[in-house]
Amino acid sequence: MSRLAWYRILVVGAAVALLEVLCLTGVIDKITMQAPHLIVRDLYRMLVSGRMNAAIAKTLSNTALALVLALGVGVIAGALLHRVRALRDTLDPLFATYYAVPVFAFYPFFIVVFGLGDLPQVLIAFMLGVVAVIVNTLNGLDRVPQVLLKTARIMQMSPVDTALRMTLPSAGPYLVTGVKLAVAYSFIGVIGSEFIMSRGGIGYEISFAYANFDNATMYPLILLILLASVAINGVLSRYEQRLLARRGMR
Amino acid sequence: MSLWHRGWVHTLVLVAALVLIWQALYWWIGDVALASPAATLAYTAKLFATESFDAQVIETLRAFAIAYALSVVIGLAVGFWLGFDRLSGDTLEPMIVSLYAIPKLTLYPILLLAFGLGLSAKVAFGVLHGVIPIILFTLSAVHNTKPILIKTGRVLNLSRWQMVRWILFPAAVPEIFTGLRVGFALTLIGSLLAEMFASQRGLGYMLMNGIGLHNVELIMAVTLVIVVFAFAVSSLLLYVDQRLHRRA
Repeated sequence: MSRLAWYRILVVGAAVALLEVLCLTGVIDKITMQAPHLIVRDLYRMLVSGRMNAAIAKTLSNTALALVLALGVGVIAGALLHRVRALRDTLDPLFATYYAVPVFAFYPFFIVVFGLGDLPQVLIAFMLGVVAVIVNTLNGLDRVPQVLLKTARIMQMSPVDTALRMTLPSAGPYLVTGVKLAVAYSFIGVIGSEFIMSRGGIGYEISFAYANFDNATMYPLILLILLASVAINGVLSRYEQRLLARRGMR
Repeated sequence: MSLWHRGWVHTLVLVAALVLIWQALYWWIGDVALASPAATLAYTAKLFATESFDAQVIETLRAFAIAYALSVVIGLAVGFWLGFDRLSGDTLEPMIVSLYAIPKLTLYPILLLAFGLGLSAKVAFGVLHGVIPIILFTLSAVHNTKPILIKTGRVLNLSRWQMVRWILFPAAVPEIFTGLRVGFALTLIGSLLAEMFASQRGLGYMLMNGIGLHNVELIMAVTLVIVVFAFAVSSLLLYVDQRLHRRA
């Protein structure tokens, strides 16, 4: 492991140790926060007992659904927009300011229209993710070297072959960036909307525990989400860096 | 036509198209779940005429303004520090980046327990969202400053503060501004989200309240106000941003 990685572990370790000391000495009282070792213990017990399995499964399946939709629609829309210049120019101001608009503000509206089922959550997560996929698909397609496409034409490759052998490998790293963002956004979208108002899922369980002063449930769940999102993001970032490095872009 | 004019035309076409889609949806779905663009506009105008609504808007804007001011100050300070101090920067940057990917909404109960229900928790949550991009963009702006400028500063025996004031800051302005622009959007999102969960005031609260009342017009009007505000301000910031980058 590199020296910097050790420093990072040291920083996190010091922060946790500080929290532990503050909690044990009573500077942070028990109602506000439990000591870190108790949170880890509670998380372990919770996972072993399996009482959160239904909530975890619900959150994961909704996230996966939103992710698949965002990727499918995003890549196809990106490929189409790449061909239709006029439409792309028109949508450009939307893409440029899209993430400045709080997508969650549409959640109450969706609840009123579609009811308090899974659909509003999936829709919010999809809306958060899809534009990142479109923008990165466009970005990737823009950077496919012209010479590759010309070569494909000279070799009389079919459109499918051109896409699979020329365009896709060349645009790959940018597509992975889109996937990485879409994963993060669909996770944020589902958990965030569960948290604001819903009938189940990890986000719902956290807000339920908060409303009941049930710290023994709330903190372990928060820790679970932190660990999961940092881990997933770390794996995808590493893969992205590797692709970029192979292309000599880093 | 200049690039700027073309941009305006595209934006107008886009807004017109969105309003048309909205109207078409209204004809398709009907009154039960949707209000027409005209009805929503009329309702919005009516809302702004009431004093209680203006009070909610001011409440949201106040939380947002304090949060943004704090985000800028903290973000610039931490960004410059991490930019200067290579070791701290290299150690902490990936950790800050990964903060981006976590659903920060789940951290809100902790802030509520620490700050209590009210303005300070909202502000803290806005800062939590907004400060990250400002730190990251400032850091990268300092790293990307041309070495010759820094060497010149050293030759002139500038102090650390003078270095920031006269060399790093002017050189880094375009990129820092991008950070401020993204930070603006995220602070707004943060403070609105905080209001949507556990709050008794502000636009976010009104949205959630609308669900309970099943008042479609109210929800759509408040959503419209938020979206138009975010879209307008960030378009303006984007315009300034692009000009700064072109000049540099």
